[in-house]
Amino acid sequence: MMDKPWSNRAWFFVIPVLVVVLFSSLLPMMTVVNYSVQDTMGQNHFFWNGAAWFQNLLDPTSDMGGRFASALVRNLIFSFVVLVIEVPLGIAVAICIPRHGWKVGATLVLIALPLLIPWTVVGTIWEIFARQDIGLLGAALNGIGIHYNDTEDPTSAWATIVIMDVWHWTGMVALLSYAGLKAIPDAFYQAARIDGASRWSVFRNIELPKLQKVLVIAVLLRFMESFMIYTEPSVVTGGGPGEATSFLSLDLVKIALGQVDLGNAAAMSIVYYLITLTICWIFFTIMTQLDQRKGL
Amino acid sequence: MASITLDHIAHAYPGPPGAAKHYALKPIDHVWRQGRAYALLGPSGCGKTTLLNIISGLVIPSEGRLLFDNRDVTSLSTEKRNIAQVFQFPVIYDTMTVAENLAFPLKNRRMERASIEQRVGEIADLLDLRPVLGRRARGLTADAKQKISLGRGLVRADVSAVLFDEPLTVIDPALKWELRSKLKAVHQALDMLMIYVTHDQVEALTFADEVVVMKDGAVLQIGTPADLFERPEHSFVGYFIGSPGMNFLPASVSGSRAIVNETAFDLGLDYETPALGRRVELGFRPDYARVLATGGVPVTVLRVEDLGRRRLARVAFGSHEAVATLPPDVDIGPGDAAGLHVPPEHLHVFVDELRVLGTAERLRA
Repeated sequence: MMDKPWSNRAWFFVIPVLVVVLFSSLLPMMTVVNYSVQDTMGQNHFFWNGAAWFQNLLDPTSDMGGRFASALVRNLIFSFVVLVIEVPLGIAVAICIPRHGWKVGATLVLIALPLLIPWTVVGTIWEIFARQDIGLLGAALNGIGIHYNDTEDPTSAWATIVIMDVWHWTGMVALLSYAGLKAIPDAFYQAARIDGASRWSVFRNIELPKLQKVLVIAVLLRFMESFMIYTEPSVVTGGGPGEATSFLSLDLVKIALGQVDLGNAAAMSIVYYLITLTICWIFFTIMTQLDQRKGL
Repeated sequence: MASITLDHIAHAYPGPPGAAKHYALKPIDHVWRQGRAYALLGPSGCGKTTLLNIISGLVIPSEGRLLFDNRDVTSLSTEKRNIAQVFQFPVIYDTMTVAENLAFPLKNRRMERASIEQRVGEIADLLDLRPVLGRRARGLTADAKQKISLGRGLVRADVSAVLFDEPLTVIDPALKWELRSKLKAVHQALDMLMIYVTHDQVEALTFADEVVVMKDGAVLQIGTPADLFERPEHSFVGYFIGSPGMNFLPASVSGSRAIVNETAFDLGLDYETPALGRRVELGFRPDYARVLATGGVPVTVLRVEDLGRRRLARVAFGSHEAVATLPPDVDIGPGDAAGLHVPPEHLHVFVDELRVLGTAERLRA
């Protein structure tokens, strides 16, 4: 038997962390949980409402449920579209970034620029850019005869938001992929040349497999951020026209702060959070499992 | 199947304009003959990998011509040269099985499926990869991966040459032996021209029919392992080959005598007296020098190293030191006075690092 001293005093070391986590995440979240199971008639007077908010929210035939479901669908479509564009585009950009010389630094800084701009500023830039009267994009498109109006036409609004997100975030995928590509030793490329591999084959058999790990991170980050998107559409379209670009987070703010409907907003926050968490977990599991299965 | 001719090949990597050219590889003329195994041996940074990459086409030489048989391939791309190369670290295609990895160079060249399968089978048997053919390459050990790399190098039957760039660096010492003898066997079985780059003399000497010793971008000597050991043309070859390397003692030579520290060594042959101001050294291998209790050149024993199989004595005469073999039956310890015996045929004279011949030898040659 090992005669190691055993002392519960070791737990004292964990206390600071527990306190920080308690005040930074658990307590704020518990207030939301608290509101999600209560109702109020005003004057700060609350009473127990059980799971009624949740039932209402998850029933698509109800008013709130329908609103939630359609916003959720918008979110899923948005995240999907954004991932499908940004991940391949980011990889393509990364492959084109020079590997040596002064051009590397210049290119990386240029690619990183959109990432350094505050989100509200990104929204404002695109709001002005898209205007039909003075905006370069809007005026130019209408000038060459393409009907474009992001405040009236849902397609224009969606296109604007998607292109803005691609503009804003493809750089991050590109930078991550570039780091992954840089880590591939030269010998792999040389061996591929000697083996007579085509450029596509080099990408398919060397670069893509070696990028897998950074792509898991890139997909996760891009999914989480795009699924929680708020600032840019709220500045550019404000969720409109109508409800066309009203994503979950925009809707949530409307319900919580606009209508001061705390019960519905709290229930929605929790469900929203759980959905994000679940999808991330599924992504992560699938992609790491894929990684391990290949090891066999 | 070809011989490869280096016609005054040299390479300088582009440097700042106006600066004196710095050669990574100084001009070299050599013919690599079909069916032979060569080793490029030298310390890190001596230009051996540059030379290898010039042959494979990964580097285009700044001067000279490269001929495969009689075809000028100097500016031909790697893919068109029909060369196989194995790198220092295993290069495998992660997502493919071992069999797919081996088949890859053949598939890219649009070989028929049946012939691919047959060839992959042959190489797998040669390298003992048959049991893992169906497995993903990624999960295998480093030496299995390197065997796959070797296999991809050997799988094309029609290559002009197979080049190896320190392929055993990542392999365990015990497996190194096995893979090295495997390579030797493969070379005999396939009758290919093989060029093997290494900084490990044991690898070079056991693998190659002929060894090219390089230093600072220049070829110092090309010869069989025995040549390099018995008759090093350059003092660096003497020092680099052999363990421990050759002893070098500053000397003056006149006639058939070399004087080191007022002690005379009999050279057995007459030498021309080297011009004044040149660096003259007497060289001999520890393997051929013996320390005995009496006779020979008087020395003092400093240390005795017992290597198990043999004993080496570090001895001093005057301000100079040398290493010599201490025969098993001789009982001498540190501090003892002893005699150093070197047979005259194993004494070499080097002038400015190059070995010079005795007048009689020169006449014969």
